[in-house]
Amino acid sequence: MTESTNSRPDSGADLRHPGELEAVAGGSAVAVAGADGDRVRSVTGDAWRELRRKPLFWVSAVIIVVFVVMAVAPGLFTSVDPREAVLSEASKTPDGQNIFGRDRQGYDIYSRCIYGARASILVGLLAVIGTVIIGTLLGLVAGYRGGLIDSVLGRVAEVFFALPLLLGAVIILYTIQGEDDGYFTIVLQVSLVLVVLGWPNIFRLLRSSVLQVKPNDYVQAARALGASPTRISFSHILPNAIGPVIVVSTINLGVYISSEAALSFLGIGLRPPTVSWGVMISQATDSMRSAPHTLLFPALFLSLAVLGFIMLGDAVRDALDPKSKSR
Amino acid sequence: MADPTGSTTSTAPTSHDDAPVILRAQNLTKHYPIKGGVLRRTVGHVRALEDVSFDLRAGETLGVVGESGCGKSTLGRMLMRLEEPTGGRLEFDGVDLYSLGRREMRRKRRDIQIVFQDPYTSLNPRKTVADLIGEPFDVHPDAVPRAGRRRRVQELMELVGLSPEHINRYPHQFSGGQRQRIGIARGIALNPKILVCDEPVSALDVSVQAQVINVMERLQRELGLAYVFIAHDLSVVRHIADRVAVMYLGRIVELGTEDEIYERPTHPYTRALLSAVPVPDPLARGTRQEIKLQGDVPSPANPPSGCRFHTRCWLARDVCSTDEPQLVERNDGRGEHRSACHFTEESVSGRTTP
Repeated sequence: MTESTNSRPDSGADLRHPGELEAVAGGSAVAVAGADGDRVRSVTGDAWRELRRKPLFWVSAVIIVVFVVMAVAPGLFTSVDPREAVLSEASKTPDGQNIFGRDRQGYDIYSRCIYGARASILVGLLAVIGTVIIGTLLGLVAGYRGGLIDSVLGRVAEVFFALPLLLGAVIILYTIQGEDDGYFTIVLQVSLVLVVLGWPNIFRLLRSSVLQVKPNDYVQAARALGASPTRISFSHILPNAIGPVIVVSTINLGVYISSEAALSFLGIGLRPPTVSWGVMISQATDSMRSAPHTLLFPALFLSLAVLGFIMLGDAVRDALDPKSKSR
Repeated sequence: MADPTGSTTSTAPTSHDDAPVILRAQNLTKHYPIKGGVLRRTVGHVRALEDVSFDLRAGETLGVVGESGCGKSTLGRMLMRLEEPTGGRLEFDGVDLYSLGRREMRRKRRDIQIVFQDPYTSLNPRKTVADLIGEPFDVHPDAVPRAGRRRRVQELMELVGLSPEHINRYPHQFSGGQRQRIGIARGIALNPKILVCDEPVSALDVSVQAQVINVMERLQRELGLAYVFIAHDLSVVRHIADRVAVMYLGRIVELGTEDEIYERPTHPYTRALLSAVPVPDPLARGTRQEIKLQGDVPSPANPPSGCRFHTRCWLARDVCSTDEPQLVERNDGRGEHRSACHFTEESVSGRTTP
């Protein structure tokens, strides 16, 4: 009885996953099944290997890299000054000289789209990073510890959740803004407002998925091993609960970039001469019927950037889940 | 090696009577509060476990049987201190585990480990086998030096009958039986003295159950582990256990060696349980007396007075509803073993049935 048990289950597995074994034996990433056992592998390492094989990842990476380069060095893409207004050519439709045309002020739209990348992507990324860090940490604590801490954090989150974005932003920005704040100060202020008003979104999402993961036996097993709460939270609960947060926060990136536009429109966000997609979009809505191209191009840039980040988020989430692997 | 007869009926348990007691449970009690009303006040208690006491000797297997909801799993979790006790003492090596601080308890956990029922939820799906079996060494870094950990994980895999080449695989790439072996390997990684097995085979296919049970028996022989084996499958428990505790509504109603429980049961509940075990012989159908209990298991939030079984017992008399029978040595016809029934004499001599 006992002797036979050593071989039987493995042969059972061979029957169960024939394709998988072929992949192990013949695959390029995993050379030999025997040598496979000697290499240390981790989820992050596997995720990276998985990512590299995905076209979705490469497409999104190219898009993001292009936009980041645009944000860092806009001069590489255009030599036209985004602040040079040619009023005589206001609202000019695209032609050979101004490939995206000019807006109502006579600014070159292509050049402004390029120069607008910096502020928009900075605000979007900072706001997403801020909300994810705060929302995730607090959500993890609330979901894992429960009890009083959970109730207190939950109520605090609801207070912020109940504040309308514009009203809250107007109040906060009016109190912290000075007249002569520099470019980065304003970008930071706007991001901060979006973080302060946006973290409850991520907090509630993560808390509920922590509550789903927590009752699993592997969490109990880790406790039984004597693992510390920190270890259980970050090694067992967070990796299994973070999926929805990745998806929602990449979508939020676009939301934050357009929220920045709304704030700029009210005169409390980024102000001229700073250029951003949000500012361009909100200005173009006035002349949407007469000059639709003034709205089309900045909106296109915004959509492309958001699409890039959403695709990246999807690819990363899938790669982090071993079950979705085609190995 | 394995039991030569290969049958599940006679494993001739080796005696552990002279082995030292390593775990002593005294009056373990666990009540879960029931919250109700607008203010979430405690309106009652579910008495999941009440006054459970037993000794576990080094190297022996204590089977715990009972129907669903009788407190078996709560007992397992109490032994791991995954639940804080309402009352009682749990002595391990002469130290009361319930009096230890959090930090000391974490260190003590090396000696008592657990194997869970469901191998599909007890393994983190995002970790490789190397991480899963190696986690005990991350938590207790002094157990194995860092350099030797991978080697040790592969040894453990071999020990439980997994091929060490699969060390980089994820749980979903294994079958249920193999997953349970991973769980067992994780459980024995720290060389514990006691392994609490909470229905380790009930989620598995019957053909795989035997394999896992055999692995566990072999490990016990090789490593000298003591098992607390919780199950609802009476024949599995008979196969593996040296002693058996029968539980009903949060209490142990009968406790004895495998022979005493299965051949000479004295508690009516034990007899009813045993009579429900199917016999793999079509000719024996109908010749055997099956005891069908009336009614349902009472709610553990409001257990019956006196003997908890009296509401469903065919031997019950007035005294049963007033006096709680103690779990003490009682005559079973050939000797004595512990049972919590006022009328063991009748139960034994008359072999009465309803």
